Amino acid sequence: MGLKQNLHNLKEKYKGTKMAPAFNAIHTFLYLPNETTHGGTHIKAADDLKRTMNTVIMAMVPCLIFGMFNAGFQHNVAVNGNFASGMSFFSGDFWNFGNLLIGAAKILPLVIISYGVGLGVEFIFAIIKGHEVEEGYLVTGMLVPLIVPVDTPLWMLSVAVIFGVVIGKEVFGGTGMNILNPALTIRAFLFFAYPTWMSGDKVWVTGAVETAGTADAISGETVLGSLAQGKEIVYSAWDMFVGFIPGSVGETSTLLILLGGLFLIFSKIGSWRIMLSATLGALAMGLIFNQIADAGIITESSKFYSLMNTPFWHHLLIGGFAFGAVYMATDPVTASQTNKGKWIYGFLIGFISIMIRVFNPAYPEGVMLAILLMNVFAPTIDHYVVQGNVKRRKKRLKAKTA
Amino acid sequence: MGLLSKKDAALITDPFADNNPITIQVLGICSALAITAELKASIVMAVSVLFVLGIGNVVISLMRNIIPSKIRIIVQLIVVATLVIIVDLVLKAFQYELSKTLGAFIGLIITNCIIMGRFEAFALANGPWKSFLDGIGNAVGYGVILIIVGFFRELLGSGTLLGFKVLGDPIEKTGLYSIGYENNGFMLLAPMALIVVGIIIWIQRSRNEALIEDN
Repeated sequence: MGLKQNLHNLKEKYKGTKMAPAFNAIHTFLYLPNETTHGGTHIKAADDLKRTMNTVIMAMVPCLIFGMFNAGFQHNVAVNGNFASGMSFFSGDFWNFGNLLIGAAKILPLVIISYGVGLGVEFIFAIIKGHEVEEGYLVTGMLVPLIVPVDTPLWMLSVAVIFGVVIGKEVFGGTGMNILNPALTIRAFLFFAYPTWMSGDKVWVTGAVETAGTADAISGETVLGSLAQGKEIVYSAWDMFVGFIPGSVGETSTLLILLGGLFLIFSKIGSWRIMLSATLGALAMGLIFNQIADAGIITESSKFYSLMNTPFWHHLLIGGFAFGAVYMATDPVTASQTNKGKWIYGFLIGFISIMIRVFNPAYPEGVMLAILLMNVFAPTIDHYVVQGNVKRRKKRLKAKTA
Repeated sequence: MGLLSKKDAALITDPFADNNPITIQVLGICSALAITAELKASIVMAVSVLFVLGIGNVVISLMRNIIPSKIRIIVQLIVVATLVIIVDLVLKAFQYELSKTLGAFIGLIITNCIIMGRFEAFALANGPWKSFLDGIGNAVGYGVILIIVGFFRELLGSGTLLGFKVLGDPIEKTGLYSIGYENNGFMLLAPMALIVVGIIIWIQRSRNEALIEDN
């Protein structure tokens, strides 16, 4: 009798008790439950919620590992000041053990806290409400450490995770019922509650906060931060593409995000319509701003000039846009459900992201707010798409019967 | 309570809990969101509404048989406006700084739905004593929520209570701040007030199942 059978027996034993949901969650997490549906139609499909979630997590793991190396790399660059633009992706300066060590020491606690606190809240709610623990937090728990600055204090992260899971998800009825993306709710909470830890030039490189004001002070500004202040940027488009730039933990490498996105598209988990239309939306807004800057409507004295004058395709590489479009906008719960709706939803996310990014220096990254905003509108978009379809078919019917 | 009959006592206690104007009737939300960032402002607002609603209910109740029903809203508005101007002038005279932070919201007591709601629903149909109790009860019910929200928002948002630094000094890093605690800036923004009110409603409803509607 293996562990699986043991667990199953225990499950039978504890059926109906208060702890059963929590116990069942661990059981189904480890093994496929050895019970089948009774009666009715059986539809056998391999892609249950758990597998879907695991696929998304697999797509994010490269970003996480890259984020660890990058955290160490940015720290060393800031301390030694020897950034070489245009390094090859496989450069040994980046992929070395020292970098990994610094990064892992910072980022693993974020991952552990995110999962520990988030799953703890889920378990408590499952026990109180007496339903099964849902797998919904698995992806959120991985997203959260990837979208926060590396030096985020752990207690802040815990508070934000509790807030995000309770207010963002559980009050609406748990996994699958939430209006807003829980990971972005958590980040938005952090952003508005503790702005000094979420923006500026001190938080993106590990160690910068502690050394501030001393002789060893280091700083590292994100590309967006520099652009918003009209400074020269030292990073080439190649650096931004492979991700050797300061930023939130997992969002810097557009290359790996692109690969993760392709993986999600080919495993049919993520919607290519949303990813593509978000990209198109961002490019469209970027082009409009480029035209405005070229036409001389906005002159160099304007504070928007340097962001507007950024080549439109650079907008895809800098900031969290790529990460948001691939992993967050495609969240099947909060996105539009209809195909036409997905095009509109994605396009507006891209469009509004770049607009917020350029026009509001207080919110250097617009993709978070754009996705949250469109989450709210997604049901409305769906409603009108469905109604439009109904109307068209009614008309067709009338024409046929008339 | 020997002073009040059971029915009269219910007029005061009902709006306090199970018929609370904010958490059950969801009235007066606007001011509850706008001015609760500081505890002091919440208290002053609560007292102002207590004054306006208590007196106003009595005045309307005394006039209830002579107000032509076609113009009753205008009459009610005049009564509220008069009382609100009194409050506003008193605040300006004795608490000038506070009256500046409260700004337009003292004036906006006129449009507070609780006040017009009680005039319409109660004072126009009941005698002055009962109306007075009803006004006091509703104003206290409103004030309690305001004070609870104000307490948490000021404590978590600025780390102070009534202006005293109860959690230590955030700049010199004393008290809680020395171990890395920081104020939650979100608490000072209006959306968080809505969430705090929502949490109060949540707690209240989960303690009293009778309040949960079927759907």
